Parts: sequence; structure tokens; C-alpha cells
Amino acid sequence: MSETKGLTRQQMADRVAREFQDGWIVNLGVGIPTMCSNTDIGDRDITYHSENGVIGYGPVAAEGQEDLNLVNAGGQNVTLKPGAAVVHHADSFGVIRGGHIDATVMGAYQVSMTGDFANWKLAGQKGGGIGGAMDLAACAKRVFIILEHVTRKNEPRLVQACDLPITAKGVVTLVMTNYGLFEPTGTGFRLREIAPGLTVEDVRAVTGGTLTVADGLKTIAV
Amino acid sequence: MTQRSKVVANFAAAVADVPDGATIAFGGFAMPGTPFNLIKALMEQGAKRLTLVANTTGGAQQPRMPDIGMLVENGQVAKVICAFTAATRPTDVLPFTKYYESGEVDAELVPQGTLAERMRAAGAGVPAFYTPTAVGTELAKGRETRVINGREYLLEYALPLDYAFIRARTADVLGNLRFHRSQRNFNPVMATAARCTIAEIDDPIQPAGSIDPDDVHTAGIYVHRLVQVPPSPEGIWPAKREARAR
Repeated sequence: MSETKGLTRQQMADRVAREFQDGWIVNLGVGIPTMCSNTDIGDRDITYHSENGVIGYGPVAAEGQEDLNLVNAGGQNVTLKPGAAVVHHADSFGVIRGGHIDATVMGAYQVSMTGDFANWKLAGQKGGGIGGAMDLAACAKRVFIILEHVTRKNEPRLVQACDLPITAKGVVTLVMTNYGLFEPTGTGFRLREIAPGLTVEDVRAVTGGTLTVADGLKTIAV
Repeated sequence: MTQRSKVVANFAAAVADVPDGATIAFGGFAMPGTPFNLIKALMEQGAKRLTLVANTTGGAQQPRMPDIGMLVENGQVAKVICAFTAATRPTDVLPFTKYYESGEVDAELVPQGTLAERMRAAGAGVPAFYTPTAVGTELAKGRETRVINGREYLLEYALPLDYAFIRARTADVLGNLRFHRSQRNFNPVMATAARCTIAEIDDPIQPAGSIDPDDVHTAGIYVHRLVQVPPSPEGIWPAKREARAR
């Protein structure tokens, strides 16, 4: 990956995983969000749900131990934790639409200050890759987004309004970037925690809308 | 009273009557539960102007296994209905993409949960339903919505199928099925929505009564033809995905 400031991909995933509370049912999207399951969050009991109906999967299977008929949403051969269950696709999305998912973590191209986000279609692309993102975005109790803070052209991905087609409107509750941890406020973003080595001005320069800063701004422990 | 076995001798015989213009759904999410052998047989059978329903158009993973993108490349497809018509990584270009961009093949992009529910509805006699998914997005433009208890929902129609091609671990001769792990995915739902469900089966097909009724995942009433998958290399089995460069 290209040289970036602030947190690594795993450090972003680690910080988001520390938001998960004991007993939560969590859906992790493809890419960086998958790394949340690597984070040690002590004895908190988290049940990971995957769109294909696997409820209660564990780490990726060791080399040679893979069950080729068991994958997570990213197509990785995972393991099952004791007490896991498998349901079919319509039931799996019943879990999602029915409001049984406490948090979903997804990647995105853009997040807006009103909590919209875009992650299924690039400008000018015909077709797209929606997968389960629209169902999860519309129905999970909390939508957490992990993304690089800026594009390769150094343009903000935290924007006033998404110019890419959105996945859902006004649903994002938490935004994790390599620059820090944010909440959309409606008029901008509130910086809750900042990555080590960066200043508030560094962040403000590449963030859309009005950046507000949490009282007693903390630096993210890595 | 005799109970008729649904076992068909081979894949070619199982797909022989698929007509031009049919709507066919294919189970599978990544490799598990994908009816690789039925896809290959349909390529050899040659039916044209097909409408194909599946999670993806295929071709994003290596090694490449039989997928509906191959039926597209084979000139058999008029339209696909999928949750992905492009790769999850924008830098990947799917084999399907050039046929779609040239207008040779049409595509309907449907959120994954809506896709599953549209087939569930078709199988359960529900003609349409409201869902919160995709409200406020490009997909909802110009379409019927309704506010129920203060929340906006989008109207979606059932998706009935002519055929469902599915894969299961265990079957008895009457078509009662059990799936292994995430092999299940769309397969049971597609089976309910199709006029003719054809299942390829991993394990030797058992006599009736060998699966406890409480343990059946898909009831045999939804399954019309069964084909035993032969050992590799004659039969096609899930392979280990190759690691990708970042």
C-alpha cells in the first residue's frame, strides 16, 4: 500500500474493535473491517455474523485445516466458534433487516457530514458491487466506517456531501481513518481521537465541513 | 406404493430440457454451494438468451471455477440479476464487464438481501414486499415507496425462477437435502422459487428415510432432479482459493 500518515490498517481495525461491547452481534465487511476480528478485546464475547448465513465464526483456518465449504463474507476459509450456527441467505438477511446486528463495519469511498456514505459504485462505472452493504447500512443498529482519510490525490474522503452514489442516507455513527476517530455532526465531523504524530490542523486541512474537536482530545493508543 | 427416485444419470441429462429464454438461478457464495458441474453441463447444452440469477457474475477469484460469467462468454446470456455486477475491488475488471459495457448483456443490480428475499417471496406465494434496503439511493429512483410506521420502505417484487441449479452435501433419492457449513447460502431459497430444481450432490445419494426428517434442510418437494458429483477430475469440487497480491 502507498505511504500514508497516521495509523496502519490493523491499527484502525483495532481501534474500531475496541468499540464492540460484550454480547454484541457484529458484521465485518470485506477488507480492513475483517481485521477487527484479529484484535484482542479481552473477554468480551462478540458473535461475528457473515452475510452467507454463518453466525459465530472465528479466526481464519490454519494452512491445511481449511474446510473448503466454509467461508466468511470475504471468501476466506474461516473456522467456527463453539456454539456457531448456519442459516440460509434469506434468514441471514432476516437477521440483518430484523435489527439483530448491533454493529456493522464497512469500508467506503466517501462519508458525508450528515452520515451518508458511498461504497458500491465509482464515478462513471456501469454496474457496481452492492453485495449486502445496502441491507446492512439500512438496518444495523450502528454503522461504523473504516477508510483512508484522503484519496491518492490527497482529496478528503470525509466530505460535506457524497458525490458518488450513496449506499444509505444518514446512517453512519462512527468513522475511523488513519488520521483519527470521527463522528458525523450534520455540519461537519467531530474529532473524538487523533492518530499519534498528527495535529488537529493536519486533520482539518483534509476534512470536509466544519471540524470540531472533542473536549480533552485523546491520542489513539497503538 | 413406490416412491420414485429423482436421481438422474448425469449432468447432461439433468439439463437437457432447459429451453432458450429460461430464467435460471445458481446457488453459491464464493466457492461453497456453487453448482460447478451443472454450469459446465449448461455450457455444453447451449441454451441461449438466458436470464441468470446469482450473487456475482464470477471471475474475481483464482483459480477460476465454472461461473455464470463463463455462460456469458459462451454467448448464452441475455441478462444477469446479481448483487455484484462489478468486482468489490474497483481495480479488478471482471470477465463479465466488457459484455455489459458493450450492451451485449443486460444486468439488474440488486442488494443481496433483497435478492434472497425476492426469491423467498416467490417460493412462498408473496408477490411483493416492502424493505428499508436501498431507500434514498440511486436504485430507488422512480420506484414505489411507502411510509409505514414513520419509516420509508421500497417495494420489491418476487423473483420466480424456471430452474434453480444448486449444490448440497447429502441427499436421499426423494431430494431431501442437507448442506455442509456455508454451502447452504442461497441454495434452499432458490429451490423454493423454481419450477424445476436440479441439485448436484457431494456424498453418495442415500435411500429414502436415511435422513432424519428433523434434520432435513430443504424438503424433497422442492427438488426435482439429483445428480451425484463424481470424484475429481471428472467431477468439479471446490478448490482452495489462491492468495492474492495486495
